[in-house]
Amino acid sequence: MLIRHPVPSDLRSSDITPESLYLTRREWLAAAGLTVGAIAGASMLLPLGADAQQPLGTPYGLQPDDKATPWEDVTGYNNFYEFGTAKDDPAVEAKGFKPRPWTVKVDGLVKKPGDYALEDFVKAGRMEDRIYRHRCVEAWSMVIPWRGIMLADVLKRAEPAPGAKFVEFTTLYDPARMPGQRLPVLRWPYTEGLRLDEAMHPLTLLATGVYGRDLPNQNGAPLRLVVPWKYGFKGIKSIVRIRLTDRQPGTAWNISAPDEYGFYSNVNPTVDHPRWSQAKERRIGEFLRRPTLMFNGYADQVASLYAGMDLRRNY
Amino acid sequence: MQGWRNVRGWRKPRWWRWAVWIMVLVPGPAVLVALLADFLLGTRWLGSNPVKQGELILGQWTIKYLVAALAVTPVRRIFGWNWVQKDRRTFGLAAFFTGLAHFLWYALLDIQFDGDELAKDLTKRAYIIVGFTALLVMLPLALTSTRAAIARLKRRWVTLHRAVYAVPVLGIVHWWMSVKADVGPPALYSAIFALLLGWRWWHARRETSEHATSPAVRSTA
Repeated sequence: MLIRHPVPSDLRSSDITPESLYLTRREWLAAAGLTVGAIAGASMLLPLGADAQQPLGTPYGLQPDDKATPWEDVTGYNNFYEFGTAKDDPAVEAKGFKPRPWTVKVDGLVKKPGDYALEDFVKAGRMEDRIYRHRCVEAWSMVIPWRGIMLADVLKRAEPAPGAKFVEFTTLYDPARMPGQRLPVLRWPYTEGLRLDEAMHPLTLLATGVYGRDLPNQNGAPLRLVVPWKYGFKGIKSIVRIRLTDRQPGTAWNISAPDEYGFYSNVNPTVDHPRWSQAKERRIGEFLRRPTLMFNGYADQVASLYAGMDLRRNY
Repeated sequence: MQGWRNVRGWRKPRWWRWAVWIMVLVPGPAVLVALLADFLLGTRWLGSNPVKQGELILGQWTIKYLVAALAVTPVRRIFGWNWVQKDRRTFGLAAFFTGLAHFLWYALLDIQFDGDELAKDLTKRAYIIVGFTALLVMLPLALTSTRAAIARLKRRWVTLHRAVYAVPVLGIVHWWMSVKADVGPPALYSAIFALLLGWRWWHARRETSEHATSPAVRSTA
């Protein structure tokens, strides 16, 4: 088992989780009856190895047999077409990418638009470590310990105007730094969107880190969206702009193949992708497939957002 | 320059037989060994998703063996290397067995013999229907690849085995339809097959016109 201490210089003050959070985490771990060995020193250790059993963070919607996916897979098996279309491309092609300094624009139908340096941008909310299930539209899945702030806090700071109904996200467009953008594989820059109520949901996270560290470039540094009840491609990476609008924004995969990727793209085992079934998934690291859960296991928290909607039509 | 001019005179290198055997016998079993090692020994030879990666590699080798099989005749005609003729059947059979392994891998390891899913895939999903059709087309060709079958079928063998030209077309369509957005690799192989099939068309046309003017120089098919 590989346990690595963080290099002190790798950490910024924003990376350090307040002591109060660790205390609640310890309480949760104890309550969950986890092994003493895993808890011992948990607040100081970052388990990054393949055998890491107990990552840092509060679990959200995890099933009893859900274990965090090893660091090697979380950071080595990525769909990030800005850095190549093969799963192992981003880890290689994004090595030299410089995610700082970074500016995020918040504009559109808000009372307080602004351009924020990343360090100021994340002050809108409280940094939290949360372990989420992650389901890719390609029928594989992971369990990932994210670090981030709630998108709701960012939106509240900007004060949505009365007409705002949707949120549009945009990835950096810079083919010199993102070589994948030189090929017309998708419409660049990548854009994504959420309904305002989805964006305000407390599960919706803007992540700046994974496994207690800054996001590696291949995972969408320095800022990415995480919406655990939707297919992974909704989690737009390297965000430079958040715009509130009154109409549904165009989203990259929906524009690319509208019959295959809808605006909502909620995880739904009963609605197949035209080319494959979504009833089951392969958890990275496991051989036998698992059944896919409605809303990826977050139905209790989010099903009410879609009450009365035909989810077969609004896929 | 001298070497290039003599290229038509190249005789079969001593290592050629071995190279062919390694080409057709190593990749398939290596993928299976890598899968077993990844799951049983914790290696990462096939990356984070070994089942998917292995499936992809077997599909790509099927295409590569088809390229090799279809390249035999043009290479023989252009460079005069008659000794490659013997390997056409080897590459053709390698394409069939690797294609079969690709299908079995999908059915047994990927969807893990989920009957409902298999039935739906084979009847409703166009790219799987197309890929499976390619395998079905190869089946009678593989079964009639023995010397005895060639002797028994005579001219009909030649007619039957023209079906092989449909296989790369089906295979490429299958591959093209299965990718999400990056059509680069299937596009590259489309170009290779277009060259191989285009050469045949061009060659057949030239032969027909030569036959019309001077039947004496007609060469055999």
